[in-house]
Amino acid sequence: MNTTATIMLFSSVAIIFIIGLLASRTAKSSNSFMEDYYLGGRSLGGFVLAMTMTATYGSASSFIGGPGVAYTEGLGWVLLSVTQVSTGYFTLMILGKRFAIVAKKYKAVTMVDFLKERYQSKWVVLLSSFSIIIFLFSAMAAQWIGGGRLIESVTGLSYHSALLIFVVTVLIYVTFGGFRAVTLTDSIQGTIMVIGTFILLGSIIVAGGGISSIMADLSGENPNLITPYGADGTLTASYVSSYWILVGVGVVALPQIVVRAMSYKSTKAFHRALIIGTIVVGVIMLNMHLIGVFARPILPGIEVGDTVIPLVALEVLPPWLAGIVLAAPLAAIMSTVDSLLLLVSSTIVKDVYINYIKPNAPKKQVRKLSMTVTAILGFIVYLLAINPPDLIIWLNLYTIGGLEAAFIWPVVMGLYWKKGNKYGAIAAIVIGFTSYILFQAFYPEPFGMHSVVSSIGLSLIAYVGASLSLGKKIV
Amino acid sequence: MKKQNKHAFQIANREALIGVGLVLFHFTWWFAFAYGFGKEDPSNYQYIFGFPAWFFYSCIVGIILISVLVIIIVKFFFTDLPLDDEEYEKR
Repeated sequence: MNTTATIMLFSSVAIIFIIGLLASRTAKSSNSFMEDYYLGGRSLGGFVLAMTMTATYGSASSFIGGPGVAYTEGLGWVLLSVTQVSTGYFTLMILGKRFAIVAKKYKAVTMVDFLKERYQSKWVVLLSSFSIIIFLFSAMAAQWIGGGRLIESVTGLSYHSALLIFVVTVLIYVTFGGFRAVTLTDSIQGTIMVIGTFILLGSIIVAGGGISSIMADLSGENPNLITPYGADGTLTASYVSSYWILVGVGVVALPQIVVRAMSYKSTKAFHRALIIGTIVVGVIMLNMHLIGVFARPILPGIEVGDTVIPLVALEVLPPWLAGIVLAAPLAAIMSTVDSLLLLVSSTIVKDVYINYIKPNAPKKQVRKLSMTVTAILGFIVYLLAINPPDLIIWLNLYTIGGLEAAFIWPVVMGLYWKKGNKYGAIAAIVIGFTSYILFQAFYPEPFGMHSVVSSIGLSLIAYVGASLSLGKKIV
Repeated sequence: MKKQNKHAFQIANREALIGVGLVLFHFTWWFAFAYGFGKEDPSNYQYIFGFPAWFFYSCIVGIILISVLVIIIVKFFFTDLPLDDEEYEKR
């Protein structure tokens, strides 16, 4: 147990959260609780938008799981991970101004709202709500585990106590704060993350005796570690390239990203977010995964990949600084969890309950229900995370692919293709969702690529085919 | 309102296409350097600032280059727009 690091870690996180809560208190003004709690009143500035996108997406997989795999696979995994830089500009550019204008016109608060107004179909709403709830549940479990692991390796507490501490903190925060508090803390966390990764990377390079000497150690141990093909040469060019779809352009369809693309204040904010987002994602992805690779010669023989980052930080930094630097990934995980919780809760409360069960629910009841659902959801995920698998990254990527295969065409084509209709959307969601699960279970790498590529392809055929063939009959 | 939307959508469409072009360029750069230089035997690798050349160009230079391109594109090719009708009418 490392007392100084523990104290610094928790006090940094506490300070970040207190600032977020105070800021969200003072900003309480809008007339719609829904828009405020779930969307921050559509008033995000450029810096906050960029940081909240990064912090939401740059979650446990990029801070804990990803560097853990990079530790095992070498530079090939860094090559794979930097494909995520494209999310920094591509998602915002594609959804872009058109999406913000349309979402505002529809008064959409969630991605499902957008789909509902665009396709005017009960089935689209129910299907998409269902897939969001299923997939984001496993995503949240993955984040929970990452947070627990991190606290475990810093404090020396058992995984279960660590997990409990993590869950209680997150729940209190997100239940009372809502979206605005979450996005504000995201900005502070994003800033710590960027600075923290530089400090950690710099210290590791010094501890390893310079980059050249680290590279020599790596290639001495196994020359494959410094090739693009992974430790045992199994990362093929086509497989790694398919990650451009999975963690690059496909991210445009993730509900937690989509909701942020409708929450900015003006096109000025949007332009700033594009620039800041690209740079910040680039810095974080490159640095964190390099840290994972460079940790290998310094701390050989780590078995649980998820613990690489915390262990190496404690090794090369003074304890107080390690505490502050580790607050960054912990904060990132928390903010991802926060946004996912809000998203699932808004799906249940807004998309299902208000749409189909009780349309005229009074404001006070909606407010109470939103908070209760958020808290209960968090508790259920906690129960799921108690007995977790080792590498959270796989769980997390599983989720991302499923959501992308289901939603990428209903969102993108819905925005840009007039002939797209509800038949297309239903077909795309069903085909994307089921084909992805089947591929994962029985045939994980069609054409040597990640199965998300084939599922997205099938989903496109389904969307266009069903839109054209069924659309005509009705008109 | 219709007029405003049409104009705004034209701009938005052009910007979305720029996004597609940028990601294609980025992918090409990334792929060409990573597998062009990286497929050699590791003992023949060239090193730049301690990094193997394939990694240096593909990942490090790639990220810097894309950041610069994004800045240039946003500053010179992206247009400010009002996001809703009220704001539009005020102008």
